[in-house]
Amino acid sequence: MLLEALRQAVQAILRNMLRSFLTVLGIVIGVAAVIAMLTVGQGSTTQVKSDVAKLGNNLLIVRPGQGGGPGVSAGTAPSLSERDAAAIEAEVPAVSTAAPLSAGSMAVVFGNQNHTTNVTGTDNRYLAATGWTMAKGRDFYDSDILSGAAVCILGETVRQALFGAGDPIGADIRFRQVSCRVVGLLAPKGASSFGTDQDDLVLMPLRAFQRRIAGNQEVATIFASVRDGQTTDKAKAAIEALMRERRHIGPGENDDFNVFDLKQIATMLTGISTVLTGLLSAVAGVSLLVGGIGIMNIMLVSVTERTREIGIRLAIGATEAQVLVQFLVEAVVLSLAGGVIGILTGLALGFTGSRILHVPFSPDPWVMLLAFGFSAAVGVIFGFFPARRAARLDPIEALRHQ
Amino acid sequence: MTDAAPPIAPPLIALTGIGRVYGTGEAEVQALRDITLSIRAGEFVAIMGPSGSGKSTAMNILGCLDTPTRGSYRFSGVEVGGLSRDQRALLRRHCLGFVFQGYNLLPRMSALENVELPLIYRGIARGERRELAREALTRVGLEGRTHHDPSELSGGQQQRVAIARAIVGRPDVILADEPTGNLDTARSREIMDLMTSLNREAGITILMVTHEPDMAEYAGRVVHFLDGRIARDGSGGADAA
Ligand SMILES: Nc1ncnc2c1ncn2[C@@H]1O[C@H](COP(=O)(O)OP(=O)(O)OP(=O)(O)O)[C@@H](O)[C@H]1O
Ligand SMILES: [Mg+2]
Repeated sequence: MLLEALRQAVQAILRNMLRSFLTVLGIVIGVAAVIAMLTVGQGSTTQVKSDVAKLGNNLLIVRPGQGGGPGVSAGTAPSLSERDAAAIEAEVPAVSTAAPLSAGSMAVVFGNQNHTTNVTGTDNRYLAATGWTMAKGRDFYDSDILSGAAVCILGETVRQALFGAGDPIGADIRFRQVSCRVVGLLAPKGASSFGTDQDDLVLMPLRAFQRRIAGNQEVATIFASVRDGQTTDKAKAAIEALMRERRHIGPGENDDFNVFDLKQIATMLTGISTVLTGLLSAVAGVSLLVGGIGIMNIMLVSVTERTREIGIRLAIGATEAQVLVQFLVEAVVLSLAGGVIGILTGLALGFTGSRILHVPFSPDPWVMLLAFGFSAAVGVIFGFFPARRAARLDPIEALRHQ
Repeated sequence: MTDAAPPIAPPLIALTGIGRVYGTGEAEVQALRDITLSIRAGEFVAIMGPSGSGKSTAMNILGCLDTPTRGSYRFSGVEVGGLSRDQRALLRRHCLGFVFQGYNLLPRMSALENVELPLIYRGIARGERRELAREALTRVGLEGRTHHDPSELSGGQQQRVAIARAIVGRPDVILADEPTGNLDTARSREIMDLMTSLNREAGITILMVTHEPDMAEYAGRVVHFLDGRIARDGSGGADAA
């Protein structure tokens, strides 16, 4: 009987193809929106997490100035120095390495090619801490670091801009009147979840940067790697205590530097993406509700239009339950069809969105199952009232209906 | 081959003191005042009478589509007044077949699908359903029209599809309210010949409302309604002929 009702429902829906499609459009849009949102949202959360992991799971960033995280200006606070980095490495047992670095944005030139990028002065500890590997050539020699030799390592983006498909190793590039020999090429990392191109950089020894470009002894940032098995909180407290002492900050005075745990960014970004996903899904949920009301509306119209048909069915011996099931099945088939089309559309949108935002495409089967179940529920809930109205029709009245 | 069962057999249909009132107060209409009528299995009964005399009202009650305001209706000895809505649906499904003046076929469904419809509610499997529906259509002379839509059939053909739908479940009784009301004389005669053969060969009891004395002549008994009462009840043309 149910199979028969299913067959009849499909026939009734196909008989009115355009209207059926317009009826389920609300469900299609709602489900597609939910699936697309959650797929992209999940993808970007995964991306943020893996980016931070790539950056170094146990990384503390020390910068002058009060709080606010990376990117906030140091203001008038005294800058850091190479000796600070050395002190952190030597005196905080929880820290394995502390890499000092200083950076600036400038145009780099090779032949007639010209590219503006970020030039960073640092050493090999930075490469290790942030997970860079060499694609070609070598990293810095100790002698390069000590003497501040004019050698540099290129990111993939810079190589492409200056050398096209060519080999940069051994070439001399220029920036700010400095000629610099390329000794290495970094393996590409791709875009970060912040949208920045991580491969757009040039690295050189810290002293070379300080002496030839910055013209001072300042260090902008220290990247401290926490030893395995040590908590970042403990290391952070130890670094703060050491820095307060070195910078002569008395008890009760505020820090004029900050130690930032990268995990905080991860937590913050994951939080934002969760809230956004939730909000957008709520909007999509409302559209599902509207879709359900649309189905109810059309089913009511359909019951009115088919009053005579219902009268005939009742006259030839259909019971109330059989008419109810017929219309209920029709509503459920409609909304399920909408749900399935919505899931497919949502996956397509999610795939496109993931590609555009450069995040992994990670569809969640549970979400799809949920959307499927939800559209079935919409059909049952919003189909029930019209179906019951059909089942309770008076056969004589229904037969007389024009 | 006789059209009358032995007189001692209990009546298939027994109406006693049936009244049906529509509306209340000022708007009250006594559609049926006092109908007492008994019909034996195998009879072919025509119901005649002026417009508004209560013929359709009586047919609706006989067809278990409506319930009387007072009186008793027994079908095969069962008091219909005591049945639930669903039980009455089952009685219609298994014992009654309807033929309407306006055919009442489902549009955009083939003749075959229309005839299959009552069997769907009986839970008969598709293959057997097809077979029975095809048989019924052959019985009414429409074997070549099984896949036509009602809109592709003439009035007489549509009414024959409706008759096929009424007989496909092998009912005891066919209730026909002005089955030839929309047809010309030649087409009407074809329908009446079909009804007569169903009555004589298949033994189906037939109750038919008609305005045309020519059609009433096919029946073995004619009941005249007047103002919600039975004015005259006698043998019809078929016996007289
Ligand atoms: N649903 C209804 N509500 C109110 N009055 C009704 C209703 N149905 C029928 N009537 C009234 O009951 C009376 C009998 O109607 P009925 O339809 O049985 O007549 P009829 O003999 O079939 O007439 P006709 O030959 O025109 O079909 C009429 O006066 C009619 O107005
Ligand atoms: Mg009438």
